[in-house]
Amino acid sequence: MIPAQFDYVRPPALADALRILKEREGEAKVLSGGYSLLPLLKLRMAQPALLVDIRDLDGLDRIVETAEELRIGGRATHRAIHEDATVTARYPLLRDAAGGIGDPQVRNWGTIGGSCAHADPSADWPAVLIAARGSLVCRSADGERTVPARAFFLDTFQTAIEPTELLTEVRVPRPGDRSGGAYAKIERKAGDFATAAAAVQLSLADDGTIAEAGVGLAAVAETAFAATDAEAVLRGGTPTEELFRRAAQAAAAQSRPAADGHGPVDYKRAMAAEMTLRALRRAVARARGAT
Amino acid sequence: MTTQHVRVTVNGQPREADVEPRLLLAHLLRDAFGLTGTHVGCDTSHCGACTVIFDGRSAKSCTVLAVQANGAEVTTIEGLEQGGKLHPLQQAFWDQHGLQCGFCTPGMIMESTWLLGQNPDPTEAEIREGISGNLCRCTGYVNIVKAVQQAAAELRAAGAGTAEQASVAAGGR
Ligand SMILES: Cc1cc2nc3c(=O)[nH]c(=O)nc-3n(C[C@H](O)[C@H](O)[C@H](O)COP(=O)(O)OP(=O)(O)OC[C@H]3O[C@@H](n4cnc5c(N)ncnc54)[C@H](O)[C@@H]3O)c2cc1C
Ligand code: FES
Ligand code: FES
Repeated sequence: MIPAQFDYVRPPALADALRILKEREGEAKVLSGGYSLLPLLKLRMAQPALLVDIRDLDGLDRIVETAEELRIGGRATHRAIHEDATVTARYPLLRDAAGGIGDPQVRNWGTIGGSCAHADPSADWPAVLIAARGSLVCRSADGERTVPARAFFLDTFQTAIEPTELLTEVRVPRPGDRSGGAYAKIERKAGDFATAAAAVQLSLADDGTIAEAGVGLAAVAETAFAATDAEAVLRGGTPTEELFRRAAQAAAAQSRPAADGHGPVDYKRAMAAEMTLRALRRAVARARGAT
Repeated sequence: MTTQHVRVTVNGQPREADVEPRLLLAHLLRDAFGLTGTHVGCDTSHCGACTVIFDGRSAKSCTVLAVQANGAEVTTIEGLEQGGKLHPLQQAFWDQHGLQCGFCTPGMIMESTWLLGQNPDPTEAEIREGISGNLCRCTGYVNIVKAVQQAAAELRAAGAGTAEQASVAAGGR
């Protein structure tokens, strides 16, 4: 399959990339890892006039932790995030998810910024960022804004990012003491997108009840979404199997899966509940000190 | 749309070509450079037959533009044999009957060179995970896994041994 014609530039610096995106608004598309964009170009589902390759832009692949948050550059690959020492030590939700994306070649080249900007409803990062109450930094030639993940993923392949903006950074709040996160995903075969997946990030109060919980679901609606009914069930509750099951049912009830090659609607709902349950069990165990 | 000039170091040799930006790296290698060992199986980024080492990381060359490889180093299956001697992975696929039709083999071997560069002593599960982006319709994978295990053992024995082999196994410099 051959893509339609386009031009290609690889600007040396962020300012150049942003200027080009502004000058060629609506015609230009960012190229990061290419593992979502190239398949689309080959199917001619996208026909941009110009690709702006961000490979040479300095610092866009950095992963740094501040006192408040983890800052992941938009061009950080799934693999780099999975192998990062800070992520491994303190962000098990991110580590779980990164290691399960696609296959090794996809993880070698696919990036968190590309995944979020693309916003496939079955992608893993959007659900993770929703559960973790992360945010996304969108930068244009005219300035920068930070959008909460819960306001970023709007619909299938639709986000709050503008065509003149580059996703420069993804931010995840630093988990406090007694917090834990986990990602559970079911796929048809190795290397596949999720049939259903659940991201959980929660913290426990001194008395052992759940102080705060974030639950994000992937692949069971037109876009990743916050399972707010499940979050309400969990908040203030005592973390028992019974509570987890009620939260999982609430998450499934809030899902809106469509039947496709991954399965019929009731199966996907059941899997949304099961993945939520598994992620909750593991997240609570981790909050109590398990690894 | 203007063509662009690309220079790529392929298997240690400098190569260049004028290409349309839409040309895929797989086609640059096969059609412009005559390196037809890199196979195109699915063209939808799923099968891994087109896997090469691109700037030190395994990549599906049907999912990379030739212009993205400008200035890069690429290693293909043709780059593994040294002085008439098969690379331990190539020999192991032969010894262990790790192929039937052979279509997936170049990609399997290239992904395996990268895997062994990262993890010289993988478990069976790690090998299976490592080649999960490479599909084989013939073998059922059992002999492919055995071949990777044989090559891993050999490369470890050759050991800290020849730095050259280690570097090829790691997919380049
Ligand atoms: C076989 C296969 C299996 C996969 N399995 C999974 C899976 O299990 N889970 C999963 O989540 N994903 C999966 N993916 C998708 C993969 O993770 C992609 O790499 C990712 O979705 C896109 O990242 P990219 O860097 O490749 O982006 P690209 O393909 O380069 O770009 C994707 C889109 O985002 C835009 N874009 C890219 N970067 C930026 C930026 N910094 N700012 C603004 N816009 C930008 C581009 O213009 C384009 O529209 C799979 C892909 C393949 C081929
Ligand atoms: S031809 Fe590239 S992945 Fe199948
Ligand atoms: S040997 Fe035929 S596809 Fe693998």
